[in-house]
Amino acid sequence: MDVVLNSGDTAWMLASTALVLLMTPGLAFFYGGMVRSKSVLNMMMMSMVTIGIVSILWVFYGYELAFGYTSDSPWYGGFSLSGLGSKVDEFTNNGGMYPIPLLVFAAFQLMFAIITPALISGAIADRTKFSAWAVFVAIWSTVVYFPVAHWVFAFGNKVGDDVTGVGYLAGKGLEDFAGGTAVHINAGAAGLALALLLGKRVGWRKEAMRPHSLPLVMLGSGLLWFGWFGFNAGSALAANGIAGLAFMNTQVATAGALIGWILVEKIRNGHPTSLGAASGAVSGLVAITPACAFVAPWAAVVIGFIAGILCSLAVGLKYKFGFDDSLDVVGVHLVGGIWGSLSIGFFGASAVNSVGIDGLLYGGGAALLGKQALGVGLVAAYSFIVTLIIGFVIEKTIGFRVKKDAEVEGIDLNEHAESAYEMYSSSRGGSSI
Amino acid sequence: MKLITAIIKPFKLEDVKEALTAFGITGMTVSEASGFGRQGGHTEVYRGAEYTVDLIPKIRLEVLVDGEEVEKVIDVIVKAASTGAIGDGKVWSSPVDNIVRVRTGERGTDAI
Repeated sequence: MDVVLNSGDTAWMLASTALVLLMTPGLAFFYGGMVRSKSVLNMMMMSMVTIGIVSILWVFYGYELAFGYTSDSPWYGGFSLSGLGSKVDEFTNNGGMYPIPLLVFAAFQLMFAIITPALISGAIADRTKFSAWAVFVAIWSTVVYFPVAHWVFAFGNKVGDDVTGVGYLAGKGLEDFAGGTAVHINAGAAGLALALLLGKRVGWRKEAMRPHSLPLVMLGSGLLWFGWFGFNAGSALAANGIAGLAFMNTQVATAGALIGWILVEKIRNGHPTSLGAASGAVSGLVAITPACAFVAPWAAVVIGFIAGILCSLAVGLKYKFGFDDSLDVVGVHLVGGIWGSLSIGFFGASAVNSVGIDGLLYGGGAALLGKQALGVGLVAAYSFIVTLIIGFVIEKTIGFRVKKDAEVEGIDLNEHAESAYEMYSSSRGGSSI
Repeated sequence: MKLITAIIKPFKLEDVKEALTAFGITGMTVSEASGFGRQGGHTEVYRGAEYTVDLIPKIRLEVLVDGEEVEKVIDVIVKAASTGAIGDGKVWSSPVDNIVRVRTGERGTDAI
């Protein structure tokens, strides 16, 4: 096949790949600042070890399972070894040829595979046995993320007019540009499952569990925002107009969500908070992720603004239902991901992207919304159920939680023999208002 | 010989330090403290969860003085630390049996 390398596209994809990697250390800061000072290192290590584990799995079989196209299955790519080293001369084929090396595409997709399980860690902060987390990441990536990435992101191996191995949801016409379903709903549903399985932290709603360092949270949200340009605009797999649209939408939706979240706080509590601004930004980034290349920038502002309001209210659900989703993986990623994925059914506009379909507001009818709902439901249900099973098995074999004494004394000291600071707590309470 | 201990608002430390230096006090010990009195705590809200923070950050300042100077030094501290608002802090003095300057071995008031 005559494909000539496009150095501009390739350069952008290399840069995007590095940007998406940066999101995971950024997430470590975002989450690390939100936990108590006795758990910050463990929280950050949960992200760091995920980078280590998933990168290794990706080389041997992860890439193959997600994008291998050695099977014609809509559910997985293939079961052979990835053999990435033998593919230096190959170009990317994903529903058509892209003039970027396959290894660049594989590295870009790896970063998505890393951050998705890392996102889950926020739901089970302060209390997870580190070895159990490492085992969970390896199993979850293998049986949940790699296949689900195939369902959503695999557009098939195209040779001539033949396309083989199209992912189930991609084939059904789900529009998910950068991972509203595969990344955020997937991680959010898994977070809910683990929060239910592991149970509440010792002293939840009785003891002080306020964020120990809001500057770290702000730093983390800034790094996430910056890296997210690679996540969304990089998903164009080219340095072109679609990347530009995704870039602009990422910016303005995030701005809308930031304002939406702190407006709710201002009206409800009287004070807009820095944690609210950081959380609002992330909720906007989550919501625009699936939609960024399918909607007009004005719609991105609306999607973001609604996401900020919706997620700021959704983080209160855990108090209503009594589950300790410690850092609101459900409230931000599951709820934001669902809203963002469904929003395309309303705001999708073929005028901005000829590949996209018109949503309800553009006279396209409810067909697209139905496809989006199928993607949302299937990924959420699969992730929730399979995560429960994996978690149950880990709990019954090696145990998922640290001992109560270790949790009370501090997980950093007991799991890592380190402490981040010398500090003590000076507050109490934790009831919702 | 007396030990004067003052609990003051953190942002008043500079004023108190300057006033004491102007008075002729040549040494003091300052540490970060937290506690509560009549001021009570305050409320903080994180993602809709409300926390009562009842230990408020304060500065603890300690000065060793000759017995005769006690009332004057306390007055200097109180004047410099006062804002008139609740939470300005407290100052008290207590007797000291002995003082030794580590470098020279001087004892009693010579060591102040």
